[in-house]
Amino acid sequence: MKLLTHNLLCSNVRGLRPGGGFPLRIQASDVCVRPVPFNAAFVARLVPRLRWAALLEAAESLGHPSELPPEPAPDYEGDETFLRRVHHVLLEVEVLEGFLQCPDSGRQFPISRGIPNMLLSEEEA
Amino acid sequence: MAGSGRRPEHRGPPELFYDETEARKYTQNSRVVEIQSQMSERAVELLGLPQDRPCLLLDVGCGSGLSGDYISEEGHYWIGMDISPAMLDVAVEREVEGDLLLADVGDGIPFRPGMFDGCISISAVQWLCNADKKSHSPPKRLYRFFSTLYTALARGSRAVLQLYPENSEQLELITAQAMRAGFTGGMVVDYPNSTKAKKFFLCLFVGASGTLPKGLGTECADGEEVHQAKFTNERTRFRNAKGKSVKKSRDWILEKKERRRRQGKEVRADTKYTGRKRRPRF
Repeated sequence: MKLLTHNLLCSNVRGLRPGGGFPLRIQASDVCVRPVPFNAAFVARLVPRLRWAALLEAAESLGHPSELPPEPAPDYEGDETFLRRVHHVLLEVEVLEGFLQCPDSGRQFPISRGIPNMLLSEEEA
Repeated sequence: MAGSGRRPEHRGPPELFYDETEARKYTQNSRVVEIQSQMSERAVELLGLPQDRPCLLLDVGCGSGLSGDYISEEGHYWIGMDISPAMLDVAVEREVEGDLLLADVGDGIPFRPGMFDGCISISAVQWLCNADKKSHSPPKRLYRFFSTLYTALARGSRAVLQLYPENSEQLELITAQAMRAGFTGGMVVDYPNSTKAKKFFLCLFVGASGTLPKGLGTECADGEEVHQAKFTNERTRFRNAKGKSVKKSRDWILEKKERRRRQGKEVRADTKYTGRKRRPRF
């Protein structure tokens, strides 16, 4: 699971408050870094969609604090070093094994071979 | 596939049907691979994505990532969801570029609102029409799928879902639930005159309603409104009492070729030699 997916993902357990189930807390036991070709236009388009605080927290919890500023600068589109750092954190750092935990219900979603298991039981759906 | 005897949805739930042997087919069987890639290509075409911008797409029922490969080729990024662990294992082995998620789309799309620039789905949505557990209600699951998909998509984006409906009631149920969830749009049918090449694409719009694209091979099928008499320099064909041309005649051959063209098959062009006899000196 890339951190981009983590930043978009929220828990879908029934009965959460509106807008709840985000951000999922990561408890990782295996993290890898896989190089991905850099695409400045794509990363620049993603930045306004991200929840910045959640991204910083996730990167921190994986042990990859990558010199990201606390807020994206207003003119980030032309700043290639900034975009490259965002690219690295979003698309290259991958969680292979571990757990995701819903902040509201405490439900744990296992991650195996890099695939989060978001299947729900009959009571939760 | 739809043509091969009983429908796979009737054999059991998707997470059990797509086991390791079935998943292997999606890498080893060249016919399955070809059909899947063709449909993905058409689905991405129907999405009408901007050429110059890389987009983030959602692939519902991504399976082994065949449809995702085409998205990556086009320079876009994707996140795939599937309910079958065996299919996702094949995707991991093939080292697909998108990120994968094991989830049941009938329980909803677990993403924040407005995150995706589009959604494609190849041969997946018809599975939601089956109740595999006692607690499953197809209309409810379809509604949950469509309503959460609607929120996950950005305004002005599209979802193109290719599906194999079992009958017209199923098609109606799926479309009705999509409209209830707030989507506009409708069905695009490619090659409606052919049983084999016929493909259903549910094209859904979020917000701004575009015009629905036309299906392939439908030019001759639709009753287009004609305001003036059409000029034609074709000769009136000789037809027998039943309205069909005499067998093996040039007209009969031309009609047959036209029919097969409408079915989306490869047909040689009509020339002055079409239907001519070969002389003995040949």
